[in-house]
Amino acid sequence: MIAENVAFGIIAAAMALGAIGVVRTKNVVHAALYLVVVLAGGAAQFILLGQEFVAWVQVLVYIGAVIVLFLFGIMLTRAPMHPKDSLDNDLRWPAAVTSVFLVGILVALLVHTFHADKVDVTAPVRTGQITSSIFTTYIVPFEVVGVLLLGALIGAVVLARKD
Amino acid sequence: MLLNQFLILAAFLFCTGVYGVLVRKHAVLVLMSIELMLAGVNINLVAFGAFHNSNIGQVFALFVLTIAAAEVGIGLAIVLLIYRNLHSADLDDVDTLKG
Repeated sequence: MIAENVAFGIIAAAMALGAIGVVRTKNVVHAALYLVVVLAGGAAQFILLGQEFVAWVQVLVYIGAVIVLFLFGIMLTRAPMHPKDSLDNDLRWPAAVTSVFLVGILVALLVHTFHADKVDVTAPVRTGQITSSIFTTYIVPFEVVGVLLLGALIGAVVLARKD
Repeated sequence: MLLNQFLILAAFLFCTGVYGVLVRKHAVLVLMSIELMLAGVNINLVAFGAFHNSNIGQVFALFVLTIAAAEVGIGLAIVLLIYRNLHSADLDDVDTLKG
């Protein structure tokens, strides 16, 4: 129990630092690499919660595919690589106030509502359970998401090709 | 483990993403901040799934992952198109509709 909480604390600290790095760094490529830290930490938290399938899907899809897509986007749009070019607009302080206000409200509400609830992870959820639930109860949303991915694929090709 | 520690971590990630969306000028960085928000939402879904001992949380997290992948694909295609037309991916330069 204590080991779980220590692991949570270490991973959560790394994720928080990575998230701040994504929104604060002056180098666009570094932002993508900080995002890898956050997403890998998220996968580790999923494993901590015994939800292994979604953890590995997160590693494969997010870290494997989405980050590479981001790096392609950065390379193709010739982002400002020099530290002197600012990547932020002049809304820095209002945005900081907004997000601190939002996190304050959310934390207050969460502490008020769920202060006594504990997560008991006895055994990891097996992949077979997930897939049987996807292919029986959620088969219609699953197919809809498949069609959506096809539409996104064709749409991206149509948008990005030179004509 | 408390349920709250996961929820508070997710809230922090979400609000960091909100800050990034509001502050960043480069379009790819705005998309990355949206990914941060979606990562927070995923942690919320999975934590509640583990809390209720059901696998619905994982199923919904998978759907969120799929939508995020589609969104990034389309989003980067649009960013590429903006860059090709305006020779800049800076969102402050996209002000043609401003009049």
